[in-house]
Amino acid sequence: MQHKYASPKFFYTLAGQLTPWAATITALLLVTGLYLALFIAPADYQQGESYRIMFIHVPAAWMSMFIYMMMAGAGAVALVWNVKLAEIFASNCAPIGASFTLLTLATGSLWGKPMWGTWWAWDARLTSELILFFLYIGYMALQASIDDPRRAARAAAILALVGVVNIPVIHFSVEWWNTLHQPASVSKIGAPSIHPSMLAPLLLMSLAFTFYFFTVALMRMRNEILERERHTTWVARVLDPES
Amino acid sequence: MNWSEFFSMGGYGFYVWTAYAFAALILIFNLYLPLRRRKSVHRLLREFFRIKGQTR
Amino acid sequence: MPKLLKAVGCLLHRDLTVALRRSTDILTPLIFFVIVVSLFPLGLGPEPSVLKTIAPGVIWVAALLATMLSLNRLFANDHADGTLEQMALSPHPLTVLVLTKVTAHWMLTGLPLVLISPLLAIQMFLPESAIGTLTLSLLLGTPVLSLLGAVGAALTLGLRGGGVLVSLLVLPLYTPVLIFGAGAVAGVIADIDVEAHFSLLGAFLALALAFAPWAAAAALRVSLD
Repeated sequence: MQHKYASPKFFYTLAGQLTPWAATITALLLVTGLYLALFIAPADYQQGESYRIMFIHVPAAWMSMFIYMMMAGAGAVALVWNVKLAEIFASNCAPIGASFTLLTLATGSLWGKPMWGTWWAWDARLTSELILFFLYIGYMALQASIDDPRRAARAAAILALVGVVNIPVIHFSVEWWNTLHQPASVSKIGAPSIHPSMLAPLLLMSLAFTFYFFTVALMRMRNEILERERHTTWVARVLDPES
Repeated sequence: MNWSEFFSMGGYGFYVWTAYAFAALILIFNLYLPLRRRKSVHRLLREFFRIKGQTR
Repeated sequence: MPKLLKAVGCLLHRDLTVALRRSTDILTPLIFFVIVVSLFPLGLGPEPSVLKTIAPGVIWVAALLATMLSLNRLFANDHADGTLEQMALSPHPLTVLVLTKVTAHWMLTGLPLVLISPLLAIQMFLPESAIGTLTLSLLLGTPVLSLLGAVGAALTLGLRGGGVLVSLLVLPLYTPVLIFGAGAVAGVIADIDVEAHFSLLGAFLALALAFAPWAAAAALRVSLD
């Protein structure tokens, strides 16, 4: 039974209306967040100005985890209740999540170099992010290898669920591994002692990234819906209103 | 507002600005992809409907 | 239940018999294991102190890779001749049948690795006190590798590029087992208490036994539809 809200046609129209709003909110949050991050937040006592990378690195890390959770959740809905829209949402999450993971790794490296002198460090967070990146890539590779979109979505959903159960285990294991092998003197890429004026840009950038994610997800979903539903009359009407 | 100080970011300018530039790159790229795809989907589907209409 | 037990026994016996007849299937991952470990002295030099330090990690990673190599064999043959579909349609719970197949797979792949590991440990100058730990850690860890690998094999059933794809899917999931398995051996050498490592390996095994066959069965149904 297809719920009205779960119907692709309804969602297509809804998404079309929501996208400009999501995009505008994203832009506003980004502008204010960046302004606060680059101009207002004071320099850190220990790390000087380089800590400003945190305003990209930390929200990106949060997004990489958040998106994976959404991907797994939507996958579960797709598997259990057979909701097409959930399938479409889940599969379109992955490239965005992978991008944020990549951003986390790159900014982590750029933050680490002036602090530790090396471009890479096997600290707990970066290592976990690296493994998360591999999980995203595996998910995308599996989807790409299966031609039938239904099988692809359901197989990917199972993989995402297996992944989501494993992520806490991986985090824990990597933390353990890290404390064993790193001498205590090497500190983590930690947040500097948080000054209240640093919290606001952090939150704003996180919200900006979240709304960005929804904007892009909506856009991607609309494309996929059109393609999948090309045999219906409503799609024909969307593309050629006179027909 | 001392702009040269701002850009140098206390000597860390390269790292900070590369990080922000990379972020901008990722955000723009992920926005660009669905926009481009939209154009190609529309184009392909118009073709699809044209052919469908012809074989009616 | 006796019917199910009989089915399980049948399946186990069949899988083992078939595999033993095609013994290359068993030997290839084993030889691969030995070769990979032997590559490291060739690449790094024969200095015992170096080899001893990297031995736990190297042997464990080689075990991971050898298991990956063998995963295709888990379902592919039965899929090709239609037996897998019959299993899915049979009145027996697919989860139990999958567990049976994985058990057979481990007996043919993981267990040989465990048994040959002392020889490789000697090759890599692992101190004798650590060899027991290495064997035990592999004994607990390789079943987890087979169980998780089964999920990957089920998801990629019949796909082109299946072998490499399974690796991509499953290797990230193997990292906790690797960390604690190799960590246990390294810990024994460094004279640290490794009880926690083994508790965790045991926990991983218990969790994998509880969930992996179920997930693999679900994945098989998705792949077979």
